[in-house]
Amino acid sequence: MITLKINGLEVRAEEGQTILEVAKFYGLEIPTLCYNEGLSRYGGCRLCLVEIGEEPKTKLVSSCTYPAEESLVVRTDTKRVIEARKMMIELMLSVAPNSKIIQDLASKFGVKQVRFKIRNEECILCGLCVRMCAEQMDGRAIGFQNRGYKRKISTPFDIRSEECRLCGGCIYICPACQLRCQGPQADTAVCNACLTMDPTCLDFYDDLQCWMYDAGRCGTCVREKPEGSNNKKQAQKSKRKEKKA
Amino acid sequence: MEAEELKVKKYIKKYSNEKKALISILQDIQEEYNYLPQEALRIVSKTLAVPLIDILGVATFYRAFSLEPRGKHLITVCLGTACHVRGGPKILEEFERKLNIEAGETSKDGQFSLETVACLGCCAIGPVVVVDSEYHAQITIRKVGSILKKYIKKD
Repeated sequence: MITLKINGLEVRAEEGQTILEVAKFYGLEIPTLCYNEGLSRYGGCRLCLVEIGEEPKTKLVSSCTYPAEESLVVRTDTKRVIEARKMMIELMLSVAPNSKIIQDLASKFGVKQVRFKIRNEECILCGLCVRMCAEQMDGRAIGFQNRGYKRKISTPFDIRSEECRLCGGCIYICPACQLRCQGPQADTAVCNACLTMDPTCLDFYDDLQCWMYDAGRCGTCVREKPEGSNNKKQAQKSKRKEKKA
Repeated sequence: MEAEELKVKKYIKKYSNEKKALISILQDIQEEYNYLPQEALRIVSKTLAVPLIDILGVATFYRAFSLEPRGKHLITVCLGTACHVRGGPKILEEFERKLNIEAGETSKDGQFSLETVACLGCCAIGPVVVVDSEYHAQITIRKVGSILKKYIKKD
């Protein structure tokens, strides 16, 4: 057994566990994208970044690949982590703005702009499909090819692979090429509809008639609004103005 | 093709059928054919019991390997910072115009392949053009024609 500190909390972990696994076990949420329990660790999406070590010598590491160490100090929600995470979402969004998973992440973590050129490549090279094919389906039909900005995932010679059994596992697990975000601003770079929908659907309709039912509901109707959300602030401001007047 | 298969298998055998020798095997095949033929890669995959996709991952990762037939002579134009400043792109353009191909392509007669490189490490003699591992220093647009002629004459 190893003892380490996550967010000031003393936790115990087994030898060989990663920080992410320990955090999950203790109910601490760390967002992930390229991580899947049934597949090997990859550490490609950098969403699960955490800050380790003590001031002033801290560094960011991907928690899905970093093993838990004795008396390691981990913090999952420092300013540095949050900013790095936002940047990663922004970068991924610029590559695959049509992905619902990435749009949802953007909404969830408050990414409201994309400062990079929208590329619409619909692949963020997370490697989930490659690992799915090799590890779960025992296929090895697809893999990474080329290098640098030309890197891509494809079959050998870009033709139908003999090893492919058309199982569809790669499409099933892909976070970028699956279901499109169906939000009202889905065609823009950052949809943020789930974030900005205010008042929520429930304020409009007595009974829930979610128009995003088929597309995966956004969840704004049941989500608690953060303290001092835009609407409240504006309401308070206007009230104050009225009082002054 | 059977004779070719034996040839490829001979290269593989040279490294006693070991997976770790993949790059050396590919290098030998590249030297023999001047590129990596699909069939050869399939044979390598079967003999070494390495998935074809992994072999392609290696073959496409390194610039030294080519999946398409290359020309007899390989022209590499340096576009590193120093060569860029001294007119590398213009020299590349001249080559493209003279050979009527884009960078990364092979001329129709199969004589020349044109490629670019980020830096060759000899910035002092830039702009540099390398033809078949022969370095040509301080190239100007005027010299492009004579370089091509020299290699055409050689044949």
